[in-house]
Amino acid sequence: MKMVEEHLEKAPFLRLDEELVTTILTTTLREEVEKVGFNRVILGLSGGIDSAVSLYLAVRAFGHDRVIAVRMPYKTSSPASLDDAQTAIDDTKVKALTLDITPQIDSYFEVRSEADALRRGNKMARERMSILYDLSAHYQALVIGTSNKTELLLGYGTQFGDAASAINPLGDLYKTQVRQLAAYLGVPEQIITKPPSADLWENQTDEGELGFTYLEVDSLLYYLVDQQYPREKLCSLFREELIDQVLTRIRKNQYKRVTPVILKVGSRTIGLDFRYLRDWGV
Amino acid sequence: MKIGIAQVRSVLGRVDKNIEIHKKMIKQARQEGVDLLIFPELSLTGYNLLDLTFDVARKMADEEIQSLIAEANGIDVVFGFVEQSPEYLLFNSALYASEQKVRYIHRKIYLPTYGMYDEARYFGHGSSIRSFSTRFGQVGILICEDVWHMSAPYILAQDGAEILIVMANSPAKGIQAEGLVTRDAWYSIMQNHAGQHGMYTLFANRVGAEDGVAFFGGSTVANPFGEIEKTASLFTEELFITQLEMDQVRRARFKMPLLRDENLDLVIRELQRIQKKRCREG
Repeated sequence: MKMVEEHLEKAPFLRLDEELVTTILTTTLREEVEKVGFNRVILGLSGGIDSAVSLYLAVRAFGHDRVIAVRMPYKTSSPASLDDAQTAIDDTKVKALTLDITPQIDSYFEVRSEADALRRGNKMARERMSILYDLSAHYQALVIGTSNKTELLLGYGTQFGDAASAINPLGDLYKTQVRQLAAYLGVPEQIITKPPSADLWENQTDEGELGFTYLEVDSLLYYLVDQQYPREKLCSLFREELIDQVLTRIRKNQYKRVTPVILKVGSRTIGLDFRYLRDWGV
Repeated sequence: MKIGIAQVRSVLGRVDKNIEIHKKMIKQARQEGVDLLIFPELSLTGYNLLDLTFDVARKMADEEIQSLIAEANGIDVVFGFVEQSPEYLLFNSALYASEQKVRYIHRKIYLPTYGMYDEARYFGHGSSIRSFSTRFGQVGILICEDVWHMSAPYILAQDGAEILIVMANSPAKGIQAEGLVTRDAWYSIMQNHAGQHGMYTLFANRVGAEDGVAFFGGSTVANPFGEIEKTASLFTEELFITQLEMDQVRRARFKMPLLRDENLDLVIRELQRIQKKRCREG
């Protein structure tokens, strides 16, 4: 796809062996779900590229009859996104549900009219995740995450909202790489090319709100996180203002990437000196 | 001589289940006429044990270990486990069993403790690198990181090894456009040592995943000319079987007499000089 190719020509270090990555992600996703006793997965489908890629990976891993996609629009959600999600559902033939979250969101904010757009957006993200976890129990389907590495590092997501999940196949892929994978997996083109948006309020776009493009920030993150370039070297490649902004975001949002801090009293504190993987015994 | 590599998916922290996996593989290998069956590193326990290291450690006299040694009847078996020494120290060990007896135990020397690895937090360092005789010839065992230190296979070659067994738990990581670079690095190490020392190098790597980390498999054998003849599949369980022709060692060493011409005295003298210099500087 033209846009994806243009991006990767500008940042060839972000290019992935897409076939290999798909094999690794689908094989591992299947194992990590099945070995804890689940046969199905469930995920929220917004109409955006991230959830679409998670969906397409899940379908490759489990087959369409073991994947459940849930659309959870609010009254101001973009109708185009709902349509794009439908296109992905039709294309993959997965079981799909649509739940309008407007009644419970409006009911909650009726007496909290002072709430700004961010609070409302976060509440909606958490409402959606709350629904997914309820349906997870109902369908015995594990919740699959849709947060990519760029937004996890920048903290551009809602804690316990869209950032939550049981297993996240996208968490080690930058947005530019998600786009490459989307093209490889056959995600509908309009989902790949439209401007990414959290759609928490009307006409919101990620790049508009963040103040930089994903291609730009992914390049910086690659050199900063993966290559651990020193500051002087980064300054020769990127705007100093961008470097500062990104470094601050990464540091300030660390709390979103860890489990809650536990105050130590005993000799074996969970997470500190009580150390086990999730895959304990499986 | 027919060798088998049991490219298994061990269950994290479940010695009981892994014993079953071992016995099944041994049975299958015996049916296939395998002479020597090799399991990957920590095959009896899984890899990223953290605090489980304490629970899965076994003494040599333990019934489970003895039951596997007893399986080495008409077939030699090499497997990995957490060894508890008489002093109650824990080691990442490999046991070579033949004719229902322990022929040799190698304790991993180099414990990776950086990046995603945390081994030296739990294990003690092994302190000897020796080759040992078997009914197939002189054999040396190294575990994963050991072989990345060039001195380890060098010592084994000088000590007479004709077959180098390398048991690994190597993950797929650092994927970019070039693909599975960790596997390429492994193969080049295995080929270099095989060719430079005129010996067979056998790479036994596991598959499966632990908390999202996928082990890539791809077990292989490099012949004494440094060539890879056959490789196991990636990411899937397999009993990989191939033939070794020990006469190739003789032919390789005649064609390329590096072992004959190696000046061990010079190496020892220079290393001692370097050691003295370092001590003085320290």
